[in-house]
Amino acid sequence: MTAHATFAVFMTALVTATGVAYAAGVVRLGRRGRPWRWARTISFFLGLGLLLLGLWLPNIVHTHHDLRLHMVQHLLLGMFAPLPLVLGMPGLLLLRNLPRRGVGVVMGLLVSRPLRCLTHPVTAAVSDMGAMYLLYLTPLYLLSLHNGYVHAWVHLHFIVAGYLFTWAIAGPDPAPRRPSYALRLTVLFLAAGAHAVLGKLMYAYAWPRATGDALEDVRAAAQWMYYGGDLAELLLAILLFAQWRGRHALGRGSWAFSMGSRRSVANLR
Amino acid sequence: MAAASAEAETKRSAWVAALIGIGLMAAVDEIVFHQLLGWHHFYDQATPAIGLLSDGLLHSAELIAIVAGFFLFSDMRRRGTLAPLHAWAGFFLGAGGFQLFDGIVDHKILRIHQVRYGVDLLPYDLAWNGAGLALLIVGLLLLRRARAA
Repeated sequence: MTAHATFAVFMTALVTATGVAYAAGVVRLGRRGRPWRWARTISFFLGLGLLLLGLWLPNIVHTHHDLRLHMVQHLLLGMFAPLPLVLGMPGLLLLRNLPRRGVGVVMGLLVSRPLRCLTHPVTAAVSDMGAMYLLYLTPLYLLSLHNGYVHAWVHLHFIVAGYLFTWAIAGPDPAPRRPSYALRLTVLFLAAGAHAVLGKLMYAYAWPRATGDALEDVRAAAQWMYYGGDLAELLLAILLFAQWRGRHALGRGSWAFSMGSRRSVANLR
Repeated sequence: MAAASAEAETKRSAWVAALIGIGLMAAVDEIVFHQLLGWHHFYDQATPAIGLLSDGLLHSAELIAIVAGFFLFSDMRRRGTLAPLHAWAGFFLGAGGFQLFDGIVDHKILRIHQVRYGVDLLPYDLAWNGAGLALLIVGLLLLRRARAA
């Protein structure tokens, strides 16, 4: 088995375990008479499905080492899958399943300095967009084609950084001390700008280089990145404003509050 | 007090609609001229680096302007504080202002790309900026009417 396939199998196991844990959490809540919204469950599993599609895409289309394919994978893993995943609100599901003491521990962790720094929109944006500049404008991408470990790390980074960024900008999960809407909107503006500039730079200067891809293919990949990224960022902006409006309309409490999680969020806050 | 807040709401109506005007004009530019007609290039080998940077940030701003505009607009409508005439004025001012900005700053000063390639540019530039100016004038006339009302 190739290193790529090993990684895909490992990730599939991880995705499956996450799905099982989520489903178990939903069932457990249901047994206690606290129903969980179906829309959230469907959304979360849609996200997991997009992850699997992204991971196995090279095997599905029987093409490897193609920059255009890699770009579609990048869009699926790092930009599109995180949207339905955060809408599934796995954080809230976890909190509702934890005993009161556990909730305190998780909230304590979330307000701790290291985690607050890690989940800050600026950190998330830099680690997400910065890694892409590093990957495509240096020989790192070439290295990832030849080294299975680097390849695995790149894909894992797409998933983790993409999720973190989406969550930090517009995640509906309850979180203590979320930065202001103005700050999150500014970060989204700069990150979307950085993504668009990277797409144009790749197109203009034919990055990444020496990969064996024809110039037209590199340019096609750069355009897919540009327009695909646009769509994902548009959806993220809609998500952010939908939260802002929900909060605005109520004039109190969080968006999660308006989404029908009255008791638990009131308790958490 | 009530008069001051009413004035704030009319101003807000104009600004919110201006965001929609900017976003829609930018979307028309992207969809009609980039995608359908293929007149503009994604990149034309002549765009300087600063042009790419400004292009990326402007693009991101357009994207957010259109989403922000629609949400703020629907919020004002729901609260019944939207001043329709001011909103129309703002919409035309935003659309015309963007068109003119794109035609002069993006095309001519930053040279991000041109309206069309392989043709005499002058009539295209005149039509582009003329259209922007016309929209801007419509916006100004509407604003005058809105203020008089």
